[in-house]
Amino acid sequence: MTAIKRLILCGLVFTGSAAFANKTFVYCSEASPSTFNPQLADDGPTFNASSQMLYNRLVEFETGSTKVIPGLASSWTVSKDGKVYTFNLQKDVQFHATDSFKPTRALTADDVLFSFERPLKKDHPFHQVNGGNYVYFKGMDMHRLIKSIEKLDAHTVRFTLNWAEAPFIANLAMSFAVILSKEYADQLLRAGTPQKLDLEPVGTGPFVLKRYVKDNTIRYESHPTYFRGKAKLDKVVFAITPDANVRAQKLKTGECHLMAEPAPQDIKGLEAHKSINVMSQMGANVGYLAFNTQKPPFNKVEVRQAIAHALNRESYLQVVYQGTATLAKNPIPPTVWGSAKDGKDYEYDIEKAKALLAKVGLAKGFETELWTLPVSRPYNPNGKKMGELMQSDLAKIGIKVKLVTYDWPTYLAKTRVGEHQMAQLGWTTDNGDPDNFLGMLLSCSAVGGGANLARWCDKSFDVMILKAKTSTDIKKRTVDYVRAQELFKKQAPWVTLAHASVYRAMSKNLEGYKISPLGMEEFYPLDLKK
Amino acid sequence: MLQFLIKRILHSVPTLIGVSLVAFLLIRLVPGDPVLLLLGERGGSEEAVLEMRQNLGLDRPLWQQYLNFVGNAVTGDLGESIISKRSVWSEFLDRFPATIELSVLALFWSALLGIPLGVLAAVRRGKFLDHLVMSVSLIGYSMPIFWWGLILILFFSVQLGWTPVSGRMSAAFDVEPWSGFLLLDVWVRGQGWEAAWQALRHLFLPALVLGTIPMAAIARMTRSSLVEVLREDYVRTAKAKGLTRRQVVYGHALQNALLPVITVIGLMVGTLLTGAVLTETLFSWPGVGRWLVASVVARDYPVLQGGVFLLAIVIIAVNVGVDVLYTWFNPRLRDKIG
Repeated sequence: MTAIKRLILCGLVFTGSAAFANKTFVYCSEASPSTFNPQLADDGPTFNASSQMLYNRLVEFETGSTKVIPGLASSWTVSKDGKVYTFNLQKDVQFHATDSFKPTRALTADDVLFSFERPLKKDHPFHQVNGGNYVYFKGMDMHRLIKSIEKLDAHTVRFTLNWAEAPFIANLAMSFAVILSKEYADQLLRAGTPQKLDLEPVGTGPFVLKRYVKDNTIRYESHPTYFRGKAKLDKVVFAITPDANVRAQKLKTGECHLMAEPAPQDIKGLEAHKSINVMSQMGANVGYLAFNTQKPPFNKVEVRQAIAHALNRESYLQVVYQGTATLAKNPIPPTVWGSAKDGKDYEYDIEKAKALLAKVGLAKGFETELWTLPVSRPYNPNGKKMGELMQSDLAKIGIKVKLVTYDWPTYLAKTRVGEHQMAQLGWTTDNGDPDNFLGMLLSCSAVGGGANLARWCDKSFDVMILKAKTSTDIKKRTVDYVRAQELFKKQAPWVTLAHASVYRAMSKNLEGYKISPLGMEEFYPLDLKK
Repeated sequence: MLQFLIKRILHSVPTLIGVSLVAFLLIRLVPGDPVLLLLGERGGSEEAVLEMRQNLGLDRPLWQQYLNFVGNAVTGDLGESIISKRSVWSEFLDRFPATIELSVLALFWSALLGIPLGVLAAVRRGKFLDHLVMSVSLIGYSMPIFWWGLILILFFSVQLGWTPVSGRMSAAFDVEPWSGFLLLDVWVRGQGWEAAWQALRHLFLPALVLGTIPMAAIARMTRSSLVEVLREDYVRTAKAKGLTRRQVVYGHALQNALLPVITVIGLMVGTLLTGAVLTETLFSWPGVGRWLVASVVARDYPVLQGGVFLLAIVIIAVNVGVDVLYTWFNPRLRDKIG
């Protein structure tokens, strides 16, 4: 073909985008991954690009839910005292074959031991590799919780814990708890390039990493011998697009099939588009207003209850969340088991609020500060706006509120040491376990750690959640958590505000997509219609 | 000439020291501890925070951290990213070709359009065309890049569907990087015409946006410089000798009028690289600008101070080069320096 003919041909495709070979799925993601080993990360974009795509965990969350199902372990047993977990591994689970590694064996207990000993043991040859910062592993207290790991035979592994902790199983389903190939690690160690373990990854997951062009694209191909069967998609491309507005435009022009995190203001426009589907689900999160119960007058339960009655929370759902959230009755969202769905809530009632204040001699109200969230978070998109609404609500019962805020890291640091009087914050669960809300954010030990913004320490509440945490019987645990939430509601260390919904926009020819309440993206079940 | 060059390079050393200090201090003046930012809502025990700070070398006094940075920088070691754990050098080199490709194309079209527009305005001084060109260039010069880019995306990509919205290459093409310059790599990797065309389509909008301000500056500079030259005695002489206007302008005046334009083009390299921060973020262009923005958000100190330092070196080098070119083109200076 002559050069001129080629140019003319190119001209003909000027307005069209290039056609894809096979089934290539393009995902407009929001940020570059920091590594391809989720053990070293704690951010969503890294987890989505590595954990769900390239690896598996011993147990996993069912697609689109927080239910724990078998992963690389086909089954497991727990000892009576709740301290010993024995996992039976699936047989014939193959690792990826890449340009630099050809596996000679399937998954064994050695791989599991390797993957957990790396973050656990300081003298492990890989412990310090690539920074050695196991943020989430430590964040979930796994380094203190796990006493030992043993290989019972090639396909059986035993974990012994220092104390009984029921959420341990859910922790193992989290993105950081992936299983790596020991055979590959050994090969790298011999070659003197251990750092490649996290950069040129080998896992058992549904896709194999093909190429990563920094800040641009990540390319994957389906894993031909994946133990659950080869994915329906042939290729997956992450087109890294940091601006939410640009992501929405790319979806409209067909440059991607699914976009991460649409901006709330773009949702209506996307819904109106003929070739786009918008899905939503209540997220496993909660936005709240915490009272510093160590500072007067918030040490009085009547004052806290009065404010709970005075805030017109329904109005926040419209103004702040633009209808993309549900009123939060409990700290635990209804998408997580153990939520006290049938419990009572504080209705909006100014007279009741005034009466409660009068009861403790504050009928004329008082002056105080309210700290508003400085950044947009999934559980609260606009802290300042919400603060203004709260200010006007509280003025009605005589409370004069001064709005205060700081930059985000300073805000976190100051609230953690209890400098605030009232402060907005929120939480999205890591593992879908009720303890990840109540223990993490409201226990006495969380006062010292700083995550308990209310600095509320109630001994009987603590006894209930500790009892629930050490039992592995979900029914019994549920009863304890519901009782704990009733106590929480009465004591009102927080006003629970909203459970924000998670939105995803996608092309109409995409099939099989489910929104995960935990914010994970799972592409294995997807298919593209012609 | 060599002496001039050495002198010029030595003059840049204080500038570099100043830049390193400003880059080092500015990011630390921005409130927000990178460790607390890494921990987020979860927080961490005091012990964990302390350990992390130690690992990152942030527990030492500020002056020690600075001396450490400068000391290492002299030996070519700019430290490693807090986030990716890779050396700042290699992270920079991975992204720099994308920025050069974009900037060169932007500069190319801005000169290609800016110079003729400036000439046109100078020749038609005071006439409608002059006012038109100057108004357009004033608008171009004061255009907020981010807004301008979004408008162009909405028009060209979403409405007309002519260009892709963002990115550097269509997802359908997998080009293994060789030099990092995509327009070259598509040929090296044997991907051919269609891939090259896709790469160009992706370059079109970002280069248009990035080149807008330089185009306006070049047009204005060309105009004022040419207007001045056209007032010179030798131009009058040339006219008196009976040369046509075309011969006077293109044969005699333009060559001399372009000298200050070269300086402006050199200065525009700085504008291009700072403009790239916005343009690259908007168009998801995987270059140095976007890398720096991400490092500010994550408070990735080593990347930010190292990246700014490297960019400063690039800008200084370009300016030294322009000075040399300038003397080369200007016979009076050339003779003086020897």
